[in-house]
Amino acid sequence: MQIRSKDKRGRRQNQDVWKFIIFSVVLSSVFLLYPILYSIYLSLHNMQGLQSVFVGFGNYLRMFQDDIFWKALMNNFTFLIFQVPIMVVLGLLMAFLLNTPNLKGRTFFKLALFLPCVTSLVSYAVLFKMMFQMGGIVNDTLMAIGIVQNPIDWLNSPFWAKVTVIIALCWRWTGYNMIFYLAGLQNISDDTLEAAEIDGANGFQKFFKVVIPQLKPVIVFTTITSTIGTIQLFDEVVNLTGGGPSNETLTAAQLIYNHSFIYTSNFGYSATLSWALVIIIAILSIIQLKISNRE
Amino acid sequence: MKKLTSLLKYTFLIISSFISIFPFYWMIAGATNTANQIAEGKLTFGDQLFVNLQDLFGAYDIPLIMWNSLKISGVTVILSLIITSLAAFGFEKFTTKTSELIYGLILLFMVIPLASLVIPLFKMMAGLQLVNQHLAIILPAINNLFLIFFFRQNFKSFPNEIIDASKIEGASNYEIFFRVVFPMMKSTYAAAAIYAFMNSWNSYLLPLIFLQTENKYTMTLLISSLSSASYVANYGTQMVAIIIATIPTLILFLFMQKGFVKGMTGSLKM
Repeated sequence: MQIRSKDKRGRRQNQDVWKFIIFSVVLSSVFLLYPILYSIYLSLHNMQGLQSVFVGFGNYLRMFQDDIFWKALMNNFTFLIFQVPIMVVLGLLMAFLLNTPNLKGRTFFKLALFLPCVTSLVSYAVLFKMMFQMGGIVNDTLMAIGIVQNPIDWLNSPFWAKVTVIIALCWRWTGYNMIFYLAGLQNISDDTLEAAEIDGANGFQKFFKVVIPQLKPVIVFTTITSTIGTIQLFDEVVNLTGGGPSNETLTAAQLIYNHSFIYTSNFGYSATLSWALVIIIAILSIIQLKISNRE
Repeated sequence: MKKLTSLLKYTFLIISSFISIFPFYWMIAGATNTANQIAEGKLTFGDQLFVNLQDLFGAYDIPLIMWNSLKISGVTVILSLIITSLAAFGFEKFTTKTSELIYGLILLFMVIPLASLVIPLFKMMAGLQLVNQHLAIILPAINNLFLIFFFRQNFKSFPNEIIDASKIEGASNYEIFFRVVFPMMKSTYAAAAIYAFMNSWNSYLLPLIFLQTENKYTMTLLISSLSSASYVANYGTQMVAIIIATIPTLILFLFMQKGFVKGMTGSLKM
């Protein structure tokens, strides 16, 4: 179909493309390309108030010695390495179970599991903040069932605050990712599953030996998007824990925001941190794509 | 063995569904209780709904804030759908070397987090005197890169023959687009509209930076500021505000489930 690009119509196409993309290109230049270039410029300057001093890579050197920045990054990675695997496994399991034949209440389960996606990130974070209060509903329930003896200080203990963020993220995003796996499962033919059954595979074997390998592209896709999402985490921590206690749940994006608008603002330094974040996201995406392509 | 697996299966699904739904129940029950009762984890419905409503509507101009949210989302959805779908159609059906290069750049830009662009955007909007104006939130959101990608994926299946035939009949490019392509791709537009609406309705970072007075607030920003208020937070009013902010997206989901799921998950075929 592409061969005709050399005929008469091909030349017409050349001119016509601009009629369609021009608005988008202009907007991209003003609200994307220009901010990107300006942000690079800022990262090479020390900019406090109206004074701008060229500092070369000074901001970058400062970044490497900035303990709080590294702590924030570590927090991002802590959320990442716990939340993403838990969510992927739970999402896969839900999708696999929802896909079993003769399941009663399939529509209800699907609806219920996807429902958290209608909440805004800010709304559910605020809701979770209320639920995880010291005397709140979560502690009440855990103590009633007998899982814990004393209430857990979810939001003010360095360890439990992190756990709370991870639980909240899983609540909001597991059903969302499950939808991708369900779509992927529809493409796995029943024949392979039936063949596995005839060969004597049980549910677990079918799940790990037949389903997981065939879903790999979808799993890679959801892992990459979730990784990027977790590295950019902002709305939830700001509203759930505020980054506390003592920066234990502070994320890189929140630190950038703080440097720009809360602390004595230094636009140059926060631009530098922004670029560090962009580079980390790019590297992680490339690694994940490479791993998935190699196998 | 079969029975045990089946039991485990239903137990898992029921518990997961319960955890998914419970916060919604608790939010509605909470709206009818006092702040103290909510903090103590009261599970049942109370009689404080009107008190909480009065507190919220008395302290804030909720209709105005709701209107702000709806206006920003509506304008963003319409403009971004037109501009991103036009661009995607050009990228897909009138491909040139330059356009492919631009498209590649756009895909590359998708990994850049909004947080990284916020400072330049702020300085730009300050220069244009758009700080504390809704336009400062709408303008950067129109050219949604993901939507360009989403539309292009969906336009791949649009038959070239129809474009060629319309051309022979003398239709201009824009005529083809608005009279032929748009009506034929309605479900794609519906999904994109839902994605764009959710994106805009829930957007937090840009409103947080640009909107400074309460009469310009959005619902999302209001909820955040209610929650972080330094005085003793009134959980009852927070619950009511969250419910009000969630109603539009919930309605959208319940009445357009297929489109909603498609819009939220992108180019997947459901």
